[in-house]
This record gives sequence, C-alpha cells and structure tokens, in this order.
Amino acid sequence: MTEPARASKFFDDKQEKVAEILSRYPAEGRRSALMPLLWEVQRAERYVSEERMREIAEIVGTTATEVKGVMSFYSTFHEQPVGKFHVQVCSTLSCALAGADELYDFLVEELGIVNGETSADGRFSLQKVECVGSCGTAPVVQVNDTYYERVGRGRCQFLVDSLREDRQPPAWRERGGDTVGIDKPGPLAETAKGRADRGEG
Amino acid sequence: MTDQVADTKPAPIRSRHDPRYEVTMYRYVGVEGAHTLDFYRSHGGYAAARKAVTEMTPAQVIDEVKASGLRGRGGAGFPTGVKWSFMGPPDGKARYLVCNADESEPGSFKDRYILEDDPHQLIEGMIIAAYAMRVTYGFLYIRGEYYHGYERAVAAVKEARAAGLLGTGLFGTDFSFDITVHAGAGAYICGEETALMNSLEGLRANPRLKPPFPAAAGMYGRPTTINNVTSLTSAVHIINKGAAWFASMGTDDSKGTKLYQISGPVKRTGVYEMPMGATFRELIYDFAGGPTMEPKAFIPGGSSTPMFPWEDRFLDMAMDYGTLAKNSSMLGTGGVIVIPREKCIVNALYNLVRFYSHESCGKCTPCREGVGHWLPRIYQKLVSGQANPGDVDLLESVAGNIRGTAFCPLADACIMPVQASLKWFRDEYEYLAEHGKSKYPKADWWQA
Repeated sequence: MTEPARASKFFDDKQEKVAEILSRYPAEGRRSALMPLLWEVQRAERYVSEERMREIAEIVGTTATEVKGVMSFYSTFHEQPVGKFHVQVCSTLSCALAGADELYDFLVEELGIVNGETSADGRFSLQKVECVGSCGTAPVVQVNDTYYERVGRGRCQFLVDSLREDRQPPAWRERGGDTVGIDKPGPLAETAKGRADRGEG
Repeated sequence: MTDQVADTKPAPIRSRHDPRYEVTMYRYVGVEGAHTLDFYRSHGGYAAARKAVTEMTPAQVIDEVKASGLRGRGGAGFPTGVKWSFMGPPDGKARYLVCNADESEPGSFKDRYILEDDPHQLIEGMIIAAYAMRVTYGFLYIRGEYYHGYERAVAAVKEARAAGLLGTGLFGTDFSFDITVHAGAGAYICGEETALMNSLEGLRANPRLKPPFPAAAGMYGRPTTINNVTSLTSAVHIINKGAAWFASMGTDDSKGTKLYQISGPVKRTGVYEMPMGATFRELIYDFAGGPTMEPKAFIPGGSSTPMFPWEDRFLDMAMDYGTLAKNSSMLGTGGVIVIPREKCIVNALYNLVRFYSHESCGKCTPCREGVGHWLPRIYQKLVSGQANPGDVDLLESVAGNIRGTAFCPLADACIMPVQASLKWFRDEYEYLAEHGKSKYPKADWWQA
C-alpha cells in the first residue's frame, strides 16, 4: 500500500475538480462544498488527515477546527485510515432479525479484528453501522461503497474469500416486493450472472 | 430532439398480487436499464413535467396537488399542495427546493430503489414542484451510504441537462430549473428538514429552531421547501392522470397510493405499492406471503412508530394517517417490521434504543443525556441480566420524563416505541429483571 504523500497538497493538481464542486452551489453557499470536498479526499486516501482538513478550510473559507467539527459529526468520515476493504455490517433491527449479530461475530473470527479496528496488513477494517436501508434484503454488508444484500453464511464466506484474493465481487442487488413490470426479464438477483457472482454456481 | 417526449402510452400495470391495484411510482423498479433517459422517455417519461410547464400555471399545479389530497410521504403527512403554497410570491432573489432522500428510518428502503432504478421519475417530480413554486434551484440530498443511488442520480441529472430537461428555458418556455445532487455522510438526524439544511450548508447537522419555517427562511436564509422522494414522484402521476384519479384511491384523510415496505420474517419482504387504507393483513399475508416464524408483534411504519401486538383488531387496521393516529401510533414511512415470538422484545428495543443513542445529535439535554446515555444503560443492564425489578419502573419513569421535552422529534421517536413495548410486553421486561435471563433467549438468527 502506498502512503499518501503528506507534504504535497491534495487539491494542487485538482483545481478543475474543486472549481466544478464549487460551481454546484450558489455564490452564498461556498461552504456547502465542504462535505463534497471531504468525500473527494476520503475516496482517494481512505481517511481525512488534519493537513487535508486545513486545505479544505482554505478552499471554503473557514478554519480547520470548523472542518473537523463538521467531519466528526458524521459517521462515514474517518480520521484514521481504514482498510483497503472497509467492511460495514448493518446491525439495526431488521438486519438483527436476519442474523446480523451472528454475521458480525463470524467476521470477527474470520478477519481477526473487532468493530473499529483495521487489520495489521491494512487489507480489512470492520465497522458496525446503523440501518443502511436494506431492511427488505437483510442482512446487508457494505464493503467500501458497495452493498451486498441477503448475506447468508455461505455467501459471507464467499465474500470474505473473494476479498482475501483481491477480487471484490460486483454488488449483490436484490429487490423483492412488487418488482413486476412490463416485459421484464425477471428480478435482477435471479440472473445466472448474479448467482455466479455470489458463488452459487 | 432536445426535449421530445415519446407518445407511447404504456398500459396500466397491475400488481401481480392483487390485480385491483395499479402500480405507478414503483412500476419500473427492478427493470434492467430503467434508470436511463432513453428508457424513461420511451415509456412516457417527462410528459407530466411538459404538461405542467407548458399547459398549466403554477397556481393550477398547486391546486391540482391540493385537490389530489396528497400528504407528505416522509412520515409527518402534511398536505403537499398546502406546503407548496407557503412559499409566497417570488421576489426576484434565490429560493430553493430540496428533495429529502436522507432515508434513514430503520425499516424504510423505498427511496433507495427509486434513486437507483428510476431516478428520472424523481427529477420529473422535482421539475413539477419547482415550477409550481417558481423555484429555479433544486438540491437532491442523498444519504452518504446510498452511493449507487447517488451515482445514478448524478448521471440522470447530467442526461436530463444534456437533453434540455434541466437548465434554462425548459420546454420552450422561460422557466429555468437545475438540480445539484449532494451526498450526506451518515446521520439519521438529517432526515429532520432543518438539520438537513444545516448539513447542506456545510455545517454540523443540528436542527434549527422553528419558526422561522423553511418557507420563510431556509437554505442560506432564503425561502425553501423540503419534500420527500415519494411525495415528489406522486406529483408526477397526479399531473399525468389528474387529481380525481389520485383522490379516487385511499380513505377519507389519506389519498392515492403509497410505497409500503415490509421486513422481518415474512416470505416476500420488499416494497409494495398499495392504495392508502389497505390493511396490514393484506400487506403481510396477501402481498408478502405471511410470516415465516410465529409472529408476536409488528411495527407499523418505521422504527419510531409504536408497535402493535399480533392481534386481529390491529392486523385489520387500515394503513392510513387517521387510523394509525387513532390507535396511538403513526403511519410514518410505511415501513412494517414483523417481530417473531422468539425475539426478546427487550433485546429488540435495546437494538433500537442503541440506534437512537448513536444518532442523537447532542444539541439538547433531554436527548443527549436521556436518549444518548440513560436509556441504553438501563437496557444494557436489563439484557445483560443485571437489572433489579425496580429498573422497569425506572425505565418507564425516565422515558416519561424525556417524552415531549426535546428540541426536535428524534427523542420522541425513540421514546414512543419504548413506551409501546412496555404497554404490550411488560411481562417480558419484568421476567428479565426478575430472572436475569430472557424469556426468549434465541440467539442464532443467521440463515445459511
């Protein structure tokens, strides 16, 4: 894993991106760019360092303390680097009724880390999160930005094994409910490719 | 062919579970490719926006939505047309429309599917709302976890802009409107409209004091209206098919269709579009195929709505605003969660209390201390078997003292389900306090 170059400024060579983000908001709303800028940094570096907070403060015209204050309010921004695969387990009621607690225990055993930790090799980090809006297809595991829905025991093992080999499967999307439309090829989850991607042959 | 709308009128789509029910908002969810502009336009998309902008005055659009009886689908159920009429006449300065897609209420997942599979429907709804209120600037605030939905929405806005459906001079008129898609970062409180505005302004998402209401001073101090995703998508079909069509479905105080969600141990979990006033029994048995484990309770509309025991009189209730209010609960987001007999109620409530404790923003004392610390500690004591019989009374007293005292609705959203669980299942609390172990100790819920 390459360490981000601390000395150089993150946004120096991204002035076009910065201008584009600022242009999304009206002139009186320059500070609205704060969260999108935090996302830019975090997607690239997996966390937001204090140096980056200072850079963002400069762009939106506030102090680094203010930026940290905003950042610490939200649970998806990290002040410490997370793993290459940031594994988030939803633990709220509907997922708990589908086994999220046992799923979490399984991941603790498999990955050798607990909630909030990152593995020594930097590959995995584990976080218990609150409802991510996948109650109908519980339990759900989110790896970085990708949802894996209806993660039973077998699928969970398959997911961990894939990540160990650096193969992050495409999202396991399910719909359920009233998903019959016109001339529809069938629910997304039931395609042969979908099953193969979940290790179900 | 900048803003050409295909004239193919699709045949009405009926629910496969009950042919009486027409599926409108949810018709293309799950269909491959439905998120693209080509698909949406070739299925009659943007006809409603064109009709509103080219054939109706803003006042007529508001009147149509008022006449339809549409009430806000985010949970509070405020009449949407009335909300739109609060904006007042334009004064030449900026005013804003915000779509609240910070769907975070446990048990709710309807907006995610719309964002991912049918984002153009939402954009069309935003154009109609913006035109009605003469707003030129729209924000679509999507919770940070919905990254796929965010990408889809950003792509859809780009497509719409390129096709002349967003930007200046829409549909050959002088009406202009554009949308900025904004990602949140994991905070339940942002579902509260004033907290959402603070978040959008790049601040900590603490709620603001009301009044002033957003229609007077909202985003950047300017008039602002905040609507839920499915309130806006409902408007598309109201304009397309008329207020009378919408008002013909539902009950006296609740009109049209709604996206109900069901999770927990039932055969077919998911989202079902049903007319307002359909019963819980219809949703749970006819649509979702019935429970897969012996049930003992259900939460009617997302985690903050007070639960009901599994009794005929409650299962046969109509899922509308008035009926739920009469029964001391709320329709909320329409997210039904079925709780099986084997699930310890105290444990289930501990799960929810922990959620609200995590999401308490810290602004006011009753919520920060009460919901943030006291309640989860009492629950922790209970579920770890270290409570005394008096602790159930203590819990009741603490809950009663928090209720109605907090700055925003978050604390009550936690207290109401706690109180409902005490009302119906106090025996499970007492048993746990007395014996130090749960009446229902089942711990392995994970399936193969």
